[in-house]
Amino acid sequence: MKITINGEEETIEKDSLTIIELLTHKKVDMPEMVSVEYNGEMLDREKFDTQAVTDGDKVEFLYFMGGGQ
Amino acid sequence: MTLNDQQVERYSRHILLQDVGLSGQEKILNAKVLIVGTGGLGAPAALYLAAAGVGTLGIIDGDKVDMSNLQRQVIHFTPDLDKAKVQSAKEKIALINPDVKVNAIEDLFLAHNAMDILKDYDFVIDGTDNFPAKFLINDACVMAKKPFSHGGVLRFDGQTMTHVPGEACYRCIFDDLPPSNAVPSCSQAGILGAIAGMLGTIQAAEALKFIIGKGDLLTNRLQMFDALKMKFREVKFKKRATCKVCGENPVITELKDYEQPVCDIRQK
Repeated sequence: MKITINGEEETIEKDSLTIIELLTHKKVDMPEMVSVEYNGEMLDREKFDTQAVTDGDKVEFLYFMGGGQ
Repeated sequence: MTLNDQQVERYSRHILLQDVGLSGQEKILNAKVLIVGTGGLGAPAALYLAAAGVGTLGIIDGDKVDMSNLQRQVIHFTPDLDKAKVQSAKEKIALINPDVKVNAIEDLFLAHNAMDILKDYDFVIDGTDNFPAKFLINDACVMAKKPFSHGGVLRFDGQTMTHVPGEACYRCIFDDLPPSNAVPSCSQAGILGAIAGMLGTIQAAEALKFIIGKGDLLTNRLQMFDALKMKFREVKFKKRATCKVCGENPVITELKDYEQPVCDIRQK
């Protein structure tokens, strides 16, 4: 499948992955440190295990950034 | 209010702008902005808002100026070491622009004082360095129906968004605090000083745009940049129906102080 992750198109040798599987595939090993937008909608964390990503989907990984001082 | 001759000259480069003009400058002179934290983000924001003539600047910070602050917190100078940051900032603001009234609050922004402090201001700038404060500012501003600018920096990266009442909030993206055991400390992470300046000045520009009522604010958009590559990127997002504070059935109905010794998290 071809999907768009953070604005860049990627080909992944699978027909479908859950968000959690995609995070693992992208080597994000602490999913609690990222928020996910799936096709323009912010995804509830409880759906990371079940939401399937398939061909043509757009996914954004948004990272916590807490500095400022 | 009418501008006197000195003010017309001082603000002439604003007044020349079609989208500001005399009426916009008058709005700026009548505006009240609260800056939470006078550090890496709050320092540049305060300098620009003071120079712009924002009538009242509230600054709240409980810290004193430390040697390690001077690399980026440009409102504090070397002779200010050990001085309360709000006092140091107040002195600089007075030197930049005597038109500005400063409310200096040497304290932490916490659940017990947040609503009382916020109520006097038109716009809030989050210049804090930790998630408990960032979530508290978001929740308090949503509850008090105050617009605010979120800012976060780390190493060479920055992110910012602007909330206005009724539109998406910070929790619509980041639903709750990250687990504290996943969070490295500020001193471990590091920050290129100029990047804090880039973000703080974006926040100041958002405040000024809100005050004059022109342009498009960073609402429902998260602007991110990687200054190492000098690339900017924007992600549009929507209000989340299940948002804990601004969603259809909010579960957060009162403010709370979260405990977490934090600064950042960003996985590379």
